[in-house]
Amino acid sequence: MAQLEEVSIEQFKHLVSERALTGETMLLNMGPQHPSTHGVLRLLLELDGEIVVNCIPDIGYLHTGIEKNMEAKTYQKAEVMTDRLDYMNTMGNNLAYVMAVEKLVDVDVPPRAQALRVILVELQRIASHLVWLGTSGLDLGAMSMFLYCFREREQILDIFELVSGQRMMTTYIRPGGVWRDVPVEFEKAVRDFLKTFPKRVDEYETLLTKNPLFIDRMVAIGHLSKETALSYGVTGPTLRASGVDWDLRKARPYCGYEQYDFNVPVLHEGDTYARYLVRIQEFRESLKIVEQAMNRLPLGPVRSENRKFVPPPRSEIGVSMESLIHHFKLWTEGFPAPKASIYSAIESPRGEQGVFLEGDGGPKPLRVHLRTPSFDNLAVVPQIVKGHLVADLVAILASIDIVLGDIDR
Amino acid sequence: MDKKLEPIVKAVQAKFGATLEEFRDEVHLFVKPEQIVEALTLLRDEQNFELLSALTAVDYYPQETPRFHVIYQLTSIAKNLSVQVRVPVNGNSPKVQTATRVFESANWRERELLDMFGIEIEGHPDPRRILMPEGTEGHPLRKDFPLGYEEPQFTFNFDEIDLRKPYAKE
Repeated sequence: MAQLEEVSIEQFKHLVSERALTGETMLLNMGPQHPSTHGVLRLLLELDGEIVVNCIPDIGYLHTGIEKNMEAKTYQKAEVMTDRLDYMNTMGNNLAYVMAVEKLVDVDVPPRAQALRVILVELQRIASHLVWLGTSGLDLGAMSMFLYCFREREQILDIFELVSGQRMMTTYIRPGGVWRDVPVEFEKAVRDFLKTFPKRVDEYETLLTKNPLFIDRMVAIGHLSKETALSYGVTGPTLRASGVDWDLRKARPYCGYEQYDFNVPVLHEGDTYARYLVRIQEFRESLKIVEQAMNRLPLGPVRSENRKFVPPPRSEIGVSMESLIHHFKLWTEGFPAPKASIYSAIESPRGEQGVFLEGDGGPKPLRVHLRTPSFDNLAVVPQIVKGHLVADLVAILASIDIVLGDIDR
Repeated sequence: MDKKLEPIVKAVQAKFGATLEEFRDEVHLFVKPEQIVEALTLLRDEQNFELLSALTAVDYYPQETPRFHVIYQLTSIAKNLSVQVRVPVNGNSPKVQTATRVFESANWRERELLDMFGIEIEGHPDPRRILMPEGTEGHPLRKDFPLGYEEPQFTFNFDEIDLRKPYAKE
């Protein structure tokens, strides 16, 4: 192991103002262990009293080398790594990776699997936004929000446990479809959630949207202009709160999103409050999508019949020699992918979740790059916190909705 | 290839002599390392590619020339198009020019290239490692960097392996 050098001001000299070098302004570490950084993020702040002059994010505390690890696994086995990426959006990460693999090797996906994917990914979006709402409420002193939001999130995680056996690390969406069909209890569980949740969103709004204390902390804080957002590669609700109508579900529909009727909330203020409102409206839009998908959930197979890439069902293995061979080949050697590269992206709760995949003709990827939205969304924070109070920095960080597992990979 | 993309590809090819590769509707344009800033500026200003979606690299070790491809994935929101620009970089002292003056998002992404692949970024405003700690030796995403594993400990060799295990000891 390399010896760690001592951190000194010399490293950050070009990033702080001259006043920091004379001691006029103060340098202060916020994090890595700090509740409002939502993970292990260290912010080196240059403060003039209470006012932030410069902010230097220091990331990498959760770096686990997921991309390197994926290169050493077959395409199917590498999928479990994507769960660990953005742990608030496991279904979405699975989908992003699986779609890249499907595009690379050209596998078809049956309609029932497509609809199930949409339902689960939208439920995941709601669950992720619930964690954001709960924790950002907590950051601003609205303690009860945290408890309410985690109560509803638990309902969604129960649905995930029902379909995949796991609350968080699901790996349910697989190349060519989904792992297995949903159990009979699934329909009731989702319907129950659809019935109760709209009222809950109304409750959250009565607690926060018109709350004068909340508005004081949010309105006109952390203004992010359209041009800055685009230049910094910001995507997702953060970009849409700055007035750019860009949602991959609408612009480049995948998994049959073009069949569903939903709106993409766009606001032009670009402040912390606008980002809050966009996500609150997304709750209702996601509910609309889940309801439509449930109403027209087609019957049929949930996995592709293409045996060269998708393992056969368990029941066939005992009776068909060919199925046994396919099963054995797929789980020992894996399937080969062409010598080519693919970039495929989905709209995650935080923005454009892209997967760059390059195959070398063998069963393992030559290179996997995960384009994670939080990475770019965090990079813009130093620009928008300048001149704000430290307490506002907390509100801004909360409104960007960063997940450190997503940033550090 | 998307019909709307054809004139854009032609414009880039005419100006930079870029070669073209296609795979399943995706367009990859190869430009020379010294042209990349110009190419990105042209795509952003004249063709509305306002979002740099991803910036990464691929290591083709043991191939040396070119050993790396630096990849710029661009998205046009106005036209709803994507194009990938690739820059082949040699393995012997790899370097590319910084794109931070074109896209601010290149700043952190290029620091990641520097950190993970050891590709030198000329003119970068803040050339520090981003994910690995300062003072780390090597560049983890290079193919000649070992993946590493944990040595399994058994009762007969537990203490012996414990001595060289890289975790903090009391």
